Amino acid sequence: MQKREFVNSIYKKSLSLIYNWLGDKIFLITIVSLGISIILLALGMAWVLLYEGHTSLKVHGVIGFLTSSEWDPAVKLRFGSLPFLFGTVVTSVGALVIAFFPAIAIAIFIAEYAPKWLGNIIENMVHLIAAIPSVVVGIWGIFVFVPWMREVVYQPVYTWALENNSSLLPILGNPIGYGMASATIILALMIIPFTTALTKDAIDQVPKEQREAAYALGATHWEVIRMAVTPYARGGIMAGSVLSFGRAIGETMAVAMLIGNKNNFPFTIFGPAATMPSVIINEFREAVENLHLSSLMAIGLVLFVISLIVNLFAAYITRKLSITGGQSI
Amino acid sequence: MCSYKKTEKSLLQRKIHDKFMVALLMISTIVVMTPLIIIVGYVVYNGIGAINADFFTQELGSPTRAIQGRPTGLVHTMVGTAVVDLLALIISAPVGIGAGIMLSEYPDHKLNPFLRIMNDTLNGMPAILKGLLAFAVIVKPMGSFSGLAGGVALAFVMIPIIARSTESALMNIPWSIREAGLAIGLPRWRVVLSTVIPAARTGLVTGFLIAFARAAGEAAPLLFTSFGNNYLPNHWTGMIFGPVDTLPQRLYSLAISPYKEWHSMGWAAGIVLLSFVIILFVISRLLTKQKH
Repeated sequence: MQKREFVNSIYKKSLSLIYNWLGDKIFLITIVSLGISIILLALGMAWVLLYEGHTSLKVHGVIGFLTSSEWDPAVKLRFGSLPFLFGTVVTSVGALVIAFFPAIAIAIFIAEYAPKWLGNIIENMVHLIAAIPSVVVGIWGIFVFVPWMREVVYQPVYTWALENNSSLLPILGNPIGYGMASATIILALMIIPFTTALTKDAIDQVPKEQREAAYALGATHWEVIRMAVTPYARGGIMAGSVLSFGRAIGETMAVAMLIGNKNNFPFTIFGPAATMPSVIINEFREAVENLHLSSLMAIGLVLFVISLIVNLFAAYITRKLSITGGQSI
Repeated sequence: MCSYKKTEKSLLQRKIHDKFMVALLMISTIVVMTPLIIIVGYVVYNGIGAINADFFTQELGSPTRAIQGRPTGLVHTMVGTAVVDLLALIISAPVGIGAGIMLSEYPDHKLNPFLRIMNDTLNGMPAILKGLLAFAVIVKPMGSFSGLAGGVALAFVMIPIIARSTESALMNIPWSIREAGLAIGLPRWRVVLSTVIPAARTGLVTGFLIAFARAAGEAAPLLFTSFGNNYLPNHWTGMIFGPVDTLPQRLYSLAISPYKEWHSMGWAAGIVLLSFVIILFVISRLLTKQKH
């Protein structure tokens, strides 16, 4: 009798041991391995791009690959990434310059001035617009924006330059509509909602006391914003802009549809160009030579490194500026 | 204190300046929002004509089919999109939720800071690089473009978003709920699975929807993973192991094609894609609102 009870209790104990201790162990191991798989994914991405691209980097040399502007997949099989690097940097910087002030203006308007219902509507709209797929913006660009810009802006400016100042022509480039200017403007339109949302979040985090103190000194609403709100929120605003810049760098479809995809120098304002994502999209499906594929992967690697730097920089800014924000007015 | 120099202006001047800035902000809001609304308007206006019964029931086929006016449509694209997106959801959900649980329920784990950095890095990477990764990991060893590769590529897009949203959804659950579970003798895994996750399910679903909406609109990673296909595959396995059509990628192909008939189908595909994203967006907004 006693023996049976003893066995029974052992059995029960071991069952609860399995249930509690082993269950926890298995759960933890599962969870941690899923977490580790994300780490592996991020590291694996870098490794895959390096592994697939190293043939090209070996043939051209890292410096040679980055600084050569020759991209010839057909005859000479020489590949250099400079035109795409340049195209990406110019379009992204241009887009950020165009988008920065309007985006902040919208954020300030909905956070500070607009009545609550209107602010809510606009904010929801901003979030919705940020979710519009890039191909949809691209198809609008192809059939509506580009023809319109060609008729209304590019060709008149080009004809004007032709008649009055022909030294401008090589800078302006061919006004076919598809090109650097169109891609930059569309890119700016696409990152505005993103920048606005992040700026709004930063402004929302400014403490009420900060505003009230400025009001108490007799400041007008605009002076409150300028002296109390924006200095405090500037860390978030800066980080948001850097993240938007990262968005612009990686933006693929709309740019590939509108930039005209011309793979070499020289660069012109209206004329066709290419960015790193656009060249990968356009040539990857058709690439047959191993060196060509490898060069496209190497461009992916360059894109990876640039995005990594931009993201880490944004994280650094958030950490550095957000706590001390507003102290150095 | 240099900013006080400007306030030597009279009160009236300052108030005028204030009003001027309000006007400026309002104008720039209107100027920027207008083209963005116009985009939606144009997509609907141009695409609505091409939406008919054929559009949802016929295959695309070769361009001559559209030029000769025979019935064409995008049924294979919609089926393909559903398959690829579901695959992506099935692959990404466990990984994303797992990492989210690790970040929120085991806050002292040594790997967490590193995991957080890596997750943010992955999230910040352009989608096209995730496509290249899926190409190297799935397409190359398998030897062909496939719906599975497309699903994996989209899963790479969704995983970091789901991990992040799961973490914040679980963090919103007060610690007292976990302590209550532990106090009645539940092991930790039961506390997480039976109390924390059910309590946070609205937040989890919202995160899924946001990730799903983001992935559903991505074309870049699909162009060289699921590749595209003008026809329905003969057998259902062709959806997973053969080249598959998806909406964003088909929209891109239609838009850059030289055929006028295909252009209007591209606009129509834009309507479908846009309404899909908008529906997901609205549901996620409503869920968030309900929670507060």
